Amino acid sequence: MRNLIFGLTLTAIFALGAALSFLWTPYDVTVLDIANKLKTPTADHWFGTDHFGRDIFSMIMVGARTSIAVAIVAVVIGMGLGVPLGLTAAARKGSLLDEVIMRGNDLIFAFPSLLIAILITAIFGPSAINAIIAIGIFNIPVFARLTRGAALSLWTRDYVLAARVAGKGAVRISAEHILPNLANLLIVQGTIQFSLGILAEAALSYVGLGAQPPTPSWGRMLADAQTLIALAPHVALFPGFAILFTVLGLNMAGDGIRDVLDPKLRVER
Amino acid sequence: MLRYAIKRLGSLVISLIVASLVIFACIEVIPGDPASFMLGINAQPDTVAALREELGLNASLSARYLSWVTGMMSGDFGTSYTYRTPVAEIIGERLWLSLPLALIALGLTVLVAFPVGILAATKRGSWADMSVMGATQLGIAVPNFWFAMLMVVLFAINLRWFSAGGFPGWENPAAALKALTLPAIALALPQASILARVMRSALLDTLSEDYIRTSRAKGLTRRQSLWRHALRNAMIPVLTIIGLQFSFLLAGAIIIENVFYLPGLGRLVFQAISQRDLIMVESVVFLLVFAVIMVNFAVDLAYAWVDPRLRGRA
Repeated sequence: MRNLIFGLTLTAIFALGAALSFLWTPYDVTVLDIANKLKTPTADHWFGTDHFGRDIFSMIMVGARTSIAVAIVAVVIGMGLGVPLGLTAAARKGSLLDEVIMRGNDLIFAFPSLLIAILITAIFGPSAINAIIAIGIFNIPVFARLTRGAALSLWTRDYVLAARVAGKGAVRISAEHILPNLANLLIVQGTIQFSLGILAEAALSYVGLGAQPPTPSWGRMLADAQTLIALAPHVALFPGFAILFTVLGLNMAGDGIRDVLDPKLRVER
Repeated sequence: MLRYAIKRLGSLVISLIVASLVIFACIEVIPGDPASFMLGINAQPDTVAALREELGLNASLSARYLSWVTGMMSGDFGTSYTYRTPVAEIIGERLWLSLPLALIALGLTVLVAFPVGILAATKRGSWADMSVMGATQLGIAVPNFWFAMLMVVLFAINLRWFSAGGFPGWENPAAALKALTLPAIALALPQASILARVMRSALLDTLSEDYIRTSRAKGLTRRQSLWRHALRNAMIPVLTIIGLQFSFLLAGAIIIENVFYLPGLGRLVFQAISQRDLIMVESVVFLLVFAVIMVNFAVDLAYAWVDPRLRGRA
């Protein structure tokens, strides 16, 4: 329970910060103020300013939008394609279709999201959309494997047998009996992939394959800070902490949700 | 075992073929004309035509794919458009940095994760276990390139124990290893955290098995039953994760190389992207994917060898 509350609180802080940034930020992040560049934290600029004199606190609020949006859409892509694929593979276990789906998954697993992003960027140029596609594609086999594995054990249950006897087809059984029983598992995995997505987005925009300037993103801020690190290390400090605490919050929330939804797992941990 | 190996080899070949097709399609088919793409929008038509001829783009798609694949099999990756030297040569040079970096990081990962995970599992619920779980929770959440930057501030800028970046070359192995120390630690941190947690939970699972109680009942000490029975059985999930981690380390090395300005595959591929050297991008990506597929193949064979039950499931 402690995990869940701590994790949800941390996550909520960043989600609220991102939401608030649409209405209000302490400073406008598109306005440059070179006279006040690289200021250490003060009462005016809580986290200091960057090399263009922009307020780092405001940039972190706006950057949270990019991170959260990219990671959430990537999870939606992964779930939206992976879960149906996993359900299909489980319903047709041992068939050619199952084999093709699972080998396809293995293949995607050989392309870490960074490599997918490199390929896409080489062709279309860098953008936040590329980051979403790259992370989303990598999420597909994660959800497909999880779904198939869990669905296979559900298919042996008596209530599925009863449904088959009652004449329901594989699609209806998957939708009405298998999927609802997977919901807990998918929510927990969704939280994990969400936090991994935040990390991946940060890494991609750090190497310039993600969101492009002037869109603030945490990874981009760290890339900018790196060249000045000997001069103004504080510029690199806060975006990193933002990533760390968001990911930590999501991971702890995921653990907490799992404990609450499935007390059996808590004992084993 | 032989039957399993042959079957697995078959799927390995199919994976490699499909992977090469995907990469080939991404680079050469989707964007239209690679030659005009590489030269940019202001290129003269006859320059584009000359480059098309040079790249062999006037041949049919299937012929180009075949010549790319057969070329790679004989070690010929084509000629880099920007460097004007064989791609294989440049990649070979850069590989001498990225591969050792990933391997050192893998070694560090295992060296840290095994004792820590075993300690946490055997002292379950103690303060040692709690602090391991807390520290690994943090280790998983830290972006490793940021952690690398913090280490540069502390160890290179303030304490001056290490240089902040660059690579002296392998002529001086001690200096080379020193230059790779901080990058390897940064790469290993999240992976070691993950592996320590996997080790702990795998060991907790096997420690609660009946055969452990039996081994204790027949008079083995806790230590003996841990080493002889629990640990050996816990290795299966641990090995899977190590196999997966190698691919994350190779890909992660691409990013960490940027923090330390290391001339490895990562710097190469990002330069190639900005210079639109598509042949280079294609070759580096294929090489990395090839490495991942081969490692997974090796892990699968290692399993089947350790655990005969797995041979049935090809």
